[in-house]
Amino acid sequence: MTNHWIDFANSDVILIMGCNPAANHPISFKWIQKAMDKGAKLICVDPRFTQSAERAHVYAPLRSGTDIAFLGGMIKYILDNNLMQEDYVKNYTNASFLVNPAFKLPADNNGVFSGLVDGKYDKATWSYQKGADEVILKDPTLSNPNCVFQLLKKHYSRYNLDVVSKITGTSKEGLLEVYKAFASTGKSDKAGNILYAMGWTQHTTGVQNIRTMCIIQLLLGNMGIAGGGVQALRGESNVQGSTDYGLLFHILPGYLKTPAASLSTLQAYNEKNTPTTKEPNSLNWWKNTPKYMASYIRSVYGANVTLDDGYNYMPKLDDGANYSWLAIFDNMYKNKFTGFFAWGMNPACSGAHSNKVRQALGKLDWLVNVNLFDNETGSFWRGPGMDPKKIKTEVFMLPCASSVEKEGSISNSGRWMQWRYKAVDPPGEAIPDAEIITELFYKVKELYVKEGGTFPEPLTKLTWNYGPKGADGKIRTFDPHAAAKEINGFFLEDRKIENPAKKGDFKEFKKGDPVPAFAWLQDDGSTSSGCWIYCNSYADKGNLAARRNNKDNSNIGLYSEWSWCWPVNRRIIYNGASVDIDAKPYDIKRAVIWWNGEKWVGDVPDGVGDPGSGRPPFIMKPDGVASIFGPGLADGPFPEHYEPLECPVEKNFMSPQKNNPVIKRYDKKGVGSDLDKYSGVESCDPRFPFVCSTYRVSEHWQTGVLTRWCPWLAEMQPDMFVEMSKELADERGFKNGERVVVKSARGEVEAVAIVTPRFKPFKIGDTVIHEVGIPWHFGWITTEDREYKEGDKRAEVYTRGDAANLLTPTIGDPNTHIPESKAFMVNVTKKGVK
Amino acid sequence: MDVSRRGFLKISGATLAAGGIGINLKPVEAYAQPLKIMHAKETTTICPYCSVGCSIIVSTRNGKVVNTEGDPDSPINRGALCTKGGSIYQMAVNENRLQKPLYRAPYATEWKEVDWEWALEKIAENVKKSRDKSFKTTNDKGEVVNRTEGIASVGSAAMDNEECYVYQKFLRGLGLVYIEHQARI
Repeated sequence: MTNHWIDFANSDVILIMGCNPAANHPISFKWIQKAMDKGAKLICVDPRFTQSAERAHVYAPLRSGTDIAFLGGMIKYILDNNLMQEDYVKNYTNASFLVNPAFKLPADNNGVFSGLVDGKYDKATWSYQKGADEVILKDPTLSNPNCVFQLLKKHYSRYNLDVVSKITGTSKEGLLEVYKAFASTGKSDKAGNILYAMGWTQHTTGVQNIRTMCIIQLLLGNMGIAGGGVQALRGESNVQGSTDYGLLFHILPGYLKTPAASLSTLQAYNEKNTPTTKEPNSLNWWKNTPKYMASYIRSVYGANVTLDDGYNYMPKLDDGANYSWLAIFDNMYKNKFTGFFAWGMNPACSGAHSNKVRQALGKLDWLVNVNLFDNETGSFWRGPGMDPKKIKTEVFMLPCASSVEKEGSISNSGRWMQWRYKAVDPPGEAIPDAEIITELFYKVKELYVKEGGTFPEPLTKLTWNYGPKGADGKIRTFDPHAAAKEINGFFLEDRKIENPAKKGDFKEFKKGDPVPAFAWLQDDGSTSSGCWIYCNSYADKGNLAARRNNKDNSNIGLYSEWSWCWPVNRRIIYNGASVDIDAKPYDIKRAVIWWNGEKWVGDVPDGVGDPGSGRPPFIMKPDGVASIFGPGLADGPFPEHYEPLECPVEKNFMSPQKNNPVIKRYDKKGVGSDLDKYSGVESCDPRFPFVCSTYRVSEHWQTGVLTRWCPWLAEMQPDMFVEMSKELADERGFKNGERVVVKSARGEVEAVAIVTPRFKPFKIGDTVIHEVGIPWHFGWITTEDREYKEGDKRAEVYTRGDAANLLTPTIGDPNTHIPESKAFMVNVTKKGVK
Repeated sequence: MDVSRRGFLKISGATLAAGGIGINLKPVEAYAQPLKIMHAKETTTICPYCSVGCSIIVSTRNGKVVNTEGDPDSPINRGALCTKGGSIYQMAVNENRLQKPLYRAPYATEWKEVDWEWALEKIAENVKKSRDKSFKTTNDKGEVVNRTEGIASVGSAAMDNEECYVYQKFLRGLGLVYIEHQARI
C-alpha cells in the first residue's frame, strides 16, 4: 500500500475492485465506514454482488478478466470531460515526455505494440526523444502528437462505452455512474482511493490491471495525498514483510535485484543495476543501490569476507530465466529437483493446477514440510488417487510454533512493522521456525566442515550472530532482537560521516553503533544492513516496531508513534506529490506535509526538496516523475485489453489480438508438460462453458491450512461450494444445496451448489455468459471419508471437498508470473452425471 | 467506582504518567476482572491471518492461553476482531496441533514419530547430498553462477520478519535460486 488502513477514512470516493474487504479484510471496513460517515461515496466493481458491494453506494458487475477495458473507459471519460488535475499531470508525471516517433499503438499495429518478435517485445521504439545533452524532450503544453499525453488520449479513444460495455458486460449506465463518481476526485481538494487484491493480480494481464488504475490515480492527482493512493490489500499477515525480505527468486531484501550470471563482479552488478539520469532536478534515489548492496553483503558475511568475495558467493540467475512458482512445479514434475522445502505453505492446495503440484511432489527424493497442522502437502503421498507404495519421496513434517508462541515482528499492508510477544510455549516439541532454520544451518555447516564438499564457503562463512554463543560457537536460542538489529544495520568500523541531509554537518559513529537511517549507509563496506528499507527501525532509539503510543498528532490519522513503518516511518509514500510546485498542499484540510517557513513538517516528507528547488517528487523513478507511459513492463507501455487465456468469447472486441501476446503457454511443445491443458483458447469449448473465479470467505484463510482445524470456523463454513446465478441453476436444473461437480480441463472438485442472486448472467456481444465462483479454502485432509491410521489427527469438525486449485491453469502474467486463477473455464454437472 | 478493567488500567497509567512515574504496561498483570482472565498475564500479539494487522490481547495463566480478545489500544482495530481474528484462541489451544516431528520413509504407508535430532541430521544429509550433486559453478555460457539447482523452497508469509530474513540468508547461502512464496500466487 502507498497509504495505510486508517487513512481510508480520509477518502472522498473509494473504489473497491478486485477485492472484497468486507469479507476478507473485515476490520478495514471500520475505516471505509468512517469515510462514508463523513460523506464519502463507496463504489464496488466485481463479477459478484459481494458483501462489499452490499455496503456500496454504486455497484457495477463486470465479467472476470475485463478490468482494463472497464478502467480504460474511465481514462477516456476523464480525458473527454477534462476532469484531470492538470497541474499535477504536467509537473509530476511523464505526460509531457516525447516518445520515439517510430513507436506504434495497438490500434495501428494489429492489436499489439511495436516491436513484437516471436512472442517477445523488442522495446527499442518504447523510448523517449532526447536532446544533445541526453535530457528527455518535453512538451509542457501536452499538445505534441508524440507526447505521452497525446498517445494516451489516442490509445484510449478506442475504449468507448459501446465497446467497453460489450466486453465487460457492464451496462453503459453502470459504467458512466462509476466513471462520474470516481472522476469527481480530479479536483485538487478531493481524494479518491482504490483498493484491490488478487482479483487484479491473478490474471494474464495482472500488472496492467493495476497500471491502468495507477494512470487514473495520476490523472486525478490522487497519488501521495491523504485518502488517495493505490492499496494492495494483502492476503497474509506478513506477505508484505516476506516480500520486503526477498523470499522471491528475483529480489534480495529491500527490492535489490538478484545478481544475474552476466554480472560477474560487484562492480558490474552496480553498474548495471544503478539507474542514472540526465534530468537536472531529479534525485534518482536508486543511485544509492551500491550502498544498499554492500550493506546487505556485509550483513550476510560480515567484515571478514571481502565485498567482492561475498558477491561471488551469492547464487546468480541466468539472464532472462524464470525461476518462479509455476517454473518450480513444472521443473519438479520433470524430475529437476531432488529436494524441496514447503515451509509454512501448502502448495498441494494453493498452487495453480494442484493436480500437477501433487504429482510433482512424488518426483522428489525428499520433502521438508513445516507447519502447525497436518496438511495436504506434507501428506500428499496418501492423498486422493495416490498409492503410497509407489511414491519414493521421503517426507519430514516438522511442527513449528504459532504466532503467540514466539516473539518478533510482522509488517501489515500499510507497511507498519508491529512487534508481537510470546504468550506461551509451543505445544509438545514444536519450536519456532527460526530455531528450525538455525538448527538446520548448523547441521549442514557441520557436515561441510567435517566432510568437505562442493564450494562450502558461501554457507560456512555466513554470520549467525543471533544470540549469545556457547563454547561450541553456536547460539543457544534464536534472539529475534539480534536479528532485527542486524536487519537495521551497524557501523563495522569507526566513521565520521557528513549528514546526508545537511552539508557541513559531520557525525561520528563508533564500530558497533546502529545505523540511524538508510541515508547513512555506505558503499565501502563500513556499514551493514540486512534490509535497507528497514534501516531506522531498530537504531539508537531502540525497537520502534514495539511502540504503542496511540495518540494521533497529525489530524489525518497517521499515528506516527504506533509501531514503525518503512521507509523511515513515512506513513504515506510519495507525499511530496501532495504539495504543488510552490510547496503548497493541494488540500489544506488534509495536508500530509507542509513547509513551516524553515522545514517540512507533518508526515516524514518524501522526495520533496526545499520550496523552489524544482525537484520532482517521485524519487524512486530515475526521471523523478510518475510513469503514465511505462516502458519497463514486458507487455506494453500502456495497458491494453486482452482476453483471459481461457475465455468464453471467440474474439477480442477491441482488436485482432485475442490474448496477451507475450504470455508463456505451458501447453506448447517443449515448454510445459503432458498435464498442462487449457480449454477454449483458440475458440470457445462447449465442454467448459462457464467463466469461473476463485475467492475467499471470512471464516477461512488461504487453503484453510489453519482454519479448517479450528472447529468454530469449520463449523461456520464446512463445505466446498460453487456459487451460481438463479438463471444458470434454472437452465441446468440445479437446486440450491444440491451436490454438484465442477470440472475444468485439468481436474474436478465436488461442491454444494449455492444458488444466489449475487451472480447475474452477462450479455457479452450477442451471447449470454454465465460466471460461477468457488472458494479455495478446502482440502481433503480435514474430511471425514478419507482413510485414517492410528495416530492421525482428526479435525474436531470435518470439512468437505478438496482444493479449488485442482481446476486452475498453469499460466501466468508475463511480468510477475502470478497464475491466472481469477478467470478460467469450467463446467458444472450434477453429481454422478458425466 | 464502576470501571472496566481496561478503563482502570488506562486511568492508572495516565495518573502515574502525570506523576512522572514510568510504568511498563506490557506484559501487565490484570486484577480487576473477576472472570476467566483473573490473575492472567497479558501479552499483545498481531493477528496471523489477513494483513490488516489487528492487535490482540492474549491472556495466559499457568502457561496456558485462557483467552484472546481484540486490543482496544490499537489504533487500527480499536478492540474489534473478525471471525478469524476472534478465533485465535483455538489455534493456540488445539489438540490437533503437530507436536512431534513426523517422518515418512520412501514407499511407506504411514507416518512415524521421530526425534528432532534424528530428523534434522537426516535432512541435513539430504540437503548436502542434493546440493553437492546439483551445485553449478558456471552455466552453459561459462558465466560464474555458484548455484544449487536441485533444491527449491516455497514459504513463508506466515513467518516473522526476522525469520524471513534468516531463512533467505540460509537458502541463498546454500546457493538456492528457486526461492518463492505466497506473494507469487
